[in-house]
Amino acid sequence: MNMRWWHIGLIMALVLAGGASLFASSFPDGLERVAIDHDFIELGEGHEVIHSPMPGYVVPGISNETLATSLAGLIGTLMIFGLVYGLGKVLKGSSVK
Amino acid sequence: MHIPDGFLSTPIWVSMWVIALLIIGYAVRRTNEKLGERHVPMMGVLAAFIFAVQMLNMPVAGGTSGHMLGGVLSAIFLGPFAATIVMSTVFAVQAIFFQDGGITALGANIINMGLIGTILGYYIYQGIRKVVGGEKGILIGAGVAGWTSLMLGAISCALMLGTSGVAPLGVALPAMAGIHMFIGVIEAGLTVVIVGMVLKSRPDLMELQKI
Repeated sequence: MNMRWWHIGLIMALVLAGGASLFASSFPDGLERVAIDHDFIELGEGHEVIHSPMPGYVVPGISNETLATSLAGLIGTLMIFGLVYGLGKVLKGSSVK
Repeated sequence: MHIPDGFLSTPIWVSMWVIALLIIGYAVRRTNEKLGERHVPMMGVLAAFIFAVQMLNMPVAGGTSGHMLGGVLSAIFLGPFAATIVMSTVFAVQAIFFQDGGITALGANIINMGLIGTILGYYIYQGIRKVVGGEKGILIGAGVAGWTSLMLGAISCALMLGTSGVAPLGVALPAMAGIHMFIGVIEAGLTVVIVGMVLKSRPDLMELQKI
């Protein structure tokens, strides 16, 4: 099977997500910075409505943090690709045209 | 800029959910009518790429970081409504599986970081692209729309915080706008670079019908 443009695109996304943990800044983001500076960050703590399986992009049970984040990135990227590709197929399939 | 559960008051997060669902519903209908075979892999790859790039926080001023959102980028390739489906799915997966952004706040997050880019940003891009013309128009449009949509998203987020009573609007608005001026440069820069790369290597990918 020949490589198509979107195979390359998906590989690039996987490399980014798998490597993100190595380069990503751990500084608070813009909204977190504002929440810290103006004392409302604690409002967002402990109010989670559900328990996410990989909170903070970390696969639980892996002691190496870089590896745990890389894995979460790879899992998330593949999951989202599959989900949106599938959604696209469904939307296209039921197309009225 | 992912708002967690606990920041927004109930009337605000419920209203934002309603608005987001109405727009997503319309986007699904439009996409359903027009989506073609070649759109499907583009939707999947853009969603995967945007998820990945949102993990890449880059340091900006004063011990703060920011990442690209990608709403304008996805709308440039897909059009506003197919891009709306891509972005909404990314934020839903982030909230459900990675606790990045709250479940109650998901509607607000989809509006601030998704719809403002895919819809408002897209029309800013198209306006500039048509006025300037050519490849230059595409790149300038992409950059201006990227920066502007990120700023508008930050302002919208500040308005939601203000009306929720979390912080006075006079505080939240300048603080959010002040930091996101810089994060907007990341959005603009990456959008221009990626669109530029595709224009050079695979210009045909820019030709998909915009939905």
